[in-house]
Amino acid sequence: MSKDPAAMRRLEPAAIMGVMSREVANFRTFWKATAFSSLLEPTIYLLAFGLGLGTTIVTNVEGVDYVEFVGTGMVATAVIFASALPAMFGTFVKHRFQRTYDAILAAPVDVEELVTAEMLWLALRAAIFGCFPLLVTFAFGLDPTWGMLLVPLFGFVTACGFAAFGIAVAGTVAKIDQFNYVTTVVITPLFLVAGTFFPINQLPEGFQVAAQLNPLYQLVELVRGAAFGFETVDVLRLLGLIVFALVMWRIAVRQLSKRLID
Amino acid sequence: MTQNPPLDCPIRLSNVVKTFGSIKAVDGLDLDVPAGTCLGLLGPNGAGKSTTMRLLTGQAIADSGELKVLGFDLPRQSKSARARMGVVPQLDNLDVDVTVEDNLKVSARLYRVKDVPTAVDRALALARLTDRRKDAVDELSGGMRRRMLLARGLIHDPDLILLDEPTVGLDPQIRTQMWTLIDDLRSRGKTVLMSTHYIEEAERLADDIAVMAHGKIIARGKPRDLVTKHAGVLTAEVYGPPDHLTEVRSQADAEGLRSRPAGPAVAIVGADRDRHSFIPDEAIWRAATLEDVFVLLTGEEAE
Repeated sequence: MSKDPAAMRRLEPAAIMGVMSREVANFRTFWKATAFSSLLEPTIYLLAFGLGLGTTIVTNVEGVDYVEFVGTGMVATAVIFASALPAMFGTFVKHRFQRTYDAILAAPVDVEELVTAEMLWLALRAAIFGCFPLLVTFAFGLDPTWGMLLVPLFGFVTACGFAAFGIAVAGTVAKIDQFNYVTTVVITPLFLVAGTFFPINQLPEGFQVAAQLNPLYQLVELVRGAAFGFETVDVLRLLGLIVFALVMWRIAVRQLSKRLID
Repeated sequence: MTQNPPLDCPIRLSNVVKTFGSIKAVDGLDLDVPAGTCLGLLGPNGAGKSTTMRLLTGQAIADSGELKVLGFDLPRQSKSARARMGVVPQLDNLDVDVTVEDNLKVSARLYRVKDVPTAVDRALALARLTDRRKDAVDELSGGMRRRMLLARGLIHDPDLILLDEPTVGLDPQIRTQMWTLIDDLRSRGKTVLMSTHYIEEAERLADDIAVMAHGKIIARGKPRDLVTKHAGVLTAEVYGPPDHLTEVRSQADAEGLRSRPAGPAVAIVGADRDRHSFIPDEAIWRAATLEDVFVLLTGEEAE
């Protein structure tokens, strides 16, 4: 009735799809609330920063209307908040409180497949939600371009890295309260020094160098490239994000294995 | 990776050791479970039952020893073994916001079941939840959720079933319902390993019982044989004030009889071998039970 057990290998698509189907089944119960906040949040930010700040203090940045500058930058914000945070809290809750992973690992699924499925699902979601700020910015005057069709891909790759980061953190911390350290010390600075609300080249040199290592900044630049014109260096940015995702994926597998397998 | 033919012993553990820091949770465990039998792994809390279950599902890796499940070496081939193994956990880990049907569908996919709708229908019928298939799990009663956990573990029609404390925390009526379902598995020739700390559960459902304490098997046999071997034929229960009970226990020791506290009484096991008639007339005589064996061997009160 079920697949021949002798044929089981590493990273089986069937196992990954099985875990993802669980996520889909659960997501169907709460997608409306998530989609609502994903649409409303960028709208509020755009109203506050784009129209508020943009009409009173800053009108344009680097030759771009401030509202469009912020709107394109907010893709990265949406991606990190739709990947890293759900990965951290979701993984911890499913492991510690719901015992979901005990059920999954009792089936022919290993930790590597579990992490991969969780990461891919969150990245898929984040890639879609990451496009919402762009859609909202259209209403504020941003012109659609063909390059923007690549934005879901950029968001997906970046979200893979941040989802894996969240899973790794959940596999490392002892208590859920310790996420506060991670959000304060890692996520908030990454979010603020990503060039979302102001250009990085206005910052002191040290911050500019640090920003180059920030995957969110690279995503912001890629999205702005998609909206206002790509540069050759954008290929390197995308490669960097792919490397970031791969490295974080392996770290997540290692950390969650330590946590789930005694 | 090789798949072995039908096995005489779907579970074969040899000298398995698992430690957590300074605690030896499993300490040189030897355990064989013959095909088509239900083995009750009976032991008090902390005996190592749950760790043994986690070792069998690959969620714990033994420090040493040999583990073979359905012919597969663990942990190396654990995934293949799990494909043919059904697990019913001690704790409810269903997705509560998702419907009964969708929970089962997910499980069927995790086990690579080819005909998912048929498997789900069969599981729903087994759990007697066909008319609740569209309800969220959160809307089910505790007993229904337990039945569903069992059905979920059987979604792929496994050869081997691990039941980890399957009725812990359930009220007597629901426990009886679960026993009926588990007994049905046994009658269908499935191999079952059931950990429990309920004496009655082990006695009713298991063909064979292994008493576990401090990480190893300290007695093994059919329920009646275990009773005869370790507790004799009759047990006398003596009630009275604490001083009197202490005196009775001393006398039992002097007679070479084993005694144990039994709530407000002292139970003298193998009391039919009392040669000097020290047992008071007011003692209540009853047939020796598995509970006597359990308490004598583990030193723990039975549940």
